[in-house]
Amino acid sequence: MSDGALLEARGISKRFGEREALRGVSISASRGEIVAIIGPNGAGKTTLLSIIAGSQQSNEGDVSRPAGEVGWVPQQAAVYGKLTVSENLRLFARLEGCGDVEAVVARMLRQTGLEERADDQVATLSGGNRQRVNIAIGLLAQPEVLLLDEPSAALDPRQRERLWEFIRALAEAGTAVLFSTHNVAEAERNAHRVIVLADGELIFQGGTRELEAQVASNRDFETAFVEFLHKKGH
Amino acid sequence: MRWLLVKDLQILKRSPLLVGLLVVYPIVISVLIGLALSKGPSKPRVAFVNEVPPAANTIQLGGEKIDTSKYGQQLFNAIDPVRVDTEEEAVQKVKSGDVLGALVLPPDLTNKLASGLEPAHVKVYYNAEDPVKARFVQDTITAQVQKANAAVRKKLTKIAVGYLHLINQGGQFSFFGRDFDVLGLAKADAILGAVLKQLPKNSPVSPEIAGVQRFAKVAHDNLDLSDNVLQTVGEPIVVDQHVLRGGKTPLDAFAVAVAATVSLMFVTLLLAAGSLALEREENAFGRLVRGLVSRTALLAEKGFLAAGAAFVVTLVMLAGLALFIDLAWDRFPLWMVAVAAGAFGFAAIGLAIGGLTREVRAASLMAFMLGLPIAFLALIPSGSVSQTLYDVTSAISAMFPFKPTLDALNAALNDAGGLGKALLHLALLIAAYGALARVSLRRFG
Repeated sequence: MSDGALLEARGISKRFGEREALRGVSISASRGEIVAIIGPNGAGKTTLLSIIAGSQQSNEGDVSRPAGEVGWVPQQAAVYGKLTVSENLRLFARLEGCGDVEAVVARMLRQTGLEERADDQVATLSGGNRQRVNIAIGLLAQPEVLLLDEPSAALDPRQRERLWEFIRALAEAGTAVLFSTHNVAEAERNAHRVIVLADGELIFQGGTRELEAQVASNRDFETAFVEFLHKKGH
Repeated sequence: MRWLLVKDLQILKRSPLLVGLLVVYPIVISVLIGLALSKGPSKPRVAFVNEVPPAANTIQLGGEKIDTSKYGQQLFNAIDPVRVDTEEEAVQKVKSGDVLGALVLPPDLTNKLASGLEPAHVKVYYNAEDPVKARFVQDTITAQVQKANAAVRKKLTKIAVGYLHLINQGGQFSFFGRDFDVLGLAKADAILGAVLKQLPKNSPVSPEIAGVQRFAKVAHDNLDLSDNVLQTVGEPIVVDQHVLRGGKTPLDAFAVAVAATVSLMFVTLLLAAGSLALEREENAFGRLVRGLVSRTALLAEKGFLAAGAAFVVTLVMLAGLALFIDLAWDRFPLWMVAVAAGAFGFAAIGLAIGGLTREVRAASLMAFMLGLPIAFLALIPSGSVSQTLYDVTSAISAMFPFKPTLDALNAALNDAGGLGKALLHLALLIAAYGALARVSLRRFG
């Protein structure tokens, strides 16, 4: 593993039949770093995160950390609607093998601001609160690396801002965060570094200013990103 | 796996409609089947009109009095007669559904029987609104009329044999109140022999008398055999039954095994397929299998949940049925073995359905669409369809757990034999469908 990198994925390839979803993608994330994975639809963002999270198997390549040591927040809330918020947290805390389950559940309820909804069935929660439960489950084992797939897709602007405050706080505490997004502006605002995927290939990784410099754009980051994709033939 | 099981039980607890169905279903089914088997009419209700005048019930045949009402009684052994006075009343009862059919004995029935010149007719009315009912009434009444026919034929044969005996051996014969002495062929032969001896050797009538004597002798000798011939004609085919394969399970006991198997099938299939598909619908599958639970452990947990619930439900159902039908409680350990093996067989195929369909609604639909025809195919008896078709249906049935579960339950409940073979068959199916379910999870996430 590179110096300071909490997570490395090397030469990841994934095929679905004839289609190559990922071709030899290598990425890394360091302690306290927030890394955004951006790219057009079908670029392979979710597939890459799913492989790092252990939800899918790659055809080639390897990941430096076992899936159990990585926190995973899938795009669609992976929670049981018929269970209450605390029952969901308790179940996954037990499956994660957390020591003091009740203490962990109480901590996550407090951290995600869901204490008042602890006894409500998840099916009765709003999309934003459901996503908070989803994130809380990903953080139960206090992972050093957190993966989030389109975390703000279902949230309104106020909820989105609260989510990013929460994630920034995690990063400040030392967690390496990788997230995928369609929202280029969100990536520019919140990420220390961006990774651009297109048609399963990694075509850029670095800071947002570096990407803008590649297309010599003097306009906003989103325009620079689109020009960059055109320049690379996507 | 324990926590997943607890989670699934919590989810079940919060689905009162589903739990209600699981509890109510076996109770309702067992009560309905129990009532149908124990309290239902054992004989079909049939309206009966006897237009034969009471005096004409006894007919004179061959000097013997025959009470025809005695033979009509045979019919009532198989039906529950509802006596009415007129044909119109009987027809009305059939139309209203009060009775299954109506049987009308016309006034000239016994006269025709006595004359022996033309067959006597009886009338039958029934509703043929569905082919099953029509066949049932036809079969019941035809079988009973055939029995009555056979009884009358037997009586007539006995009378005919008596006539032949009289002709052969001679004796007293009564006709319209007058008694006659019948010489008989045997005596005629003896008399003619004695006459021949007394005639002169060259008597011109000797050859003619000798010819008549030969006829009397031949007729006497051959009529001796006629008793047996007539008895055979009276009952040309005697049924001698031998069971070659399968037990002698009574129909109601077999119905219990069928009902229990059907309940076991639906409860297990729906729970196994639905609970597995739910993991995907809730998006939890991907989260679970990334190191928290192995795919095989997840399948095992769902299998135990579905099989366990169906096991309890089916035993409750059998206990309910035992209130109506005499079941052998001393074989309870074997019931448990058969129900458990069947439950795991259905759970394995239910998991394969859940894994392949990946949606709760699609899984439920598929479970019903597969379960019903498989149950139907397994119940087709040999000989009711062509041999090739039966072989095909048997091969298809063998690929699904319904038939071996039914065999196992029938063996356990009714001591019909073949429990070991059925359990082995189920073990193979559990392994095969378990493997299919495991493979289906590759494209489940």
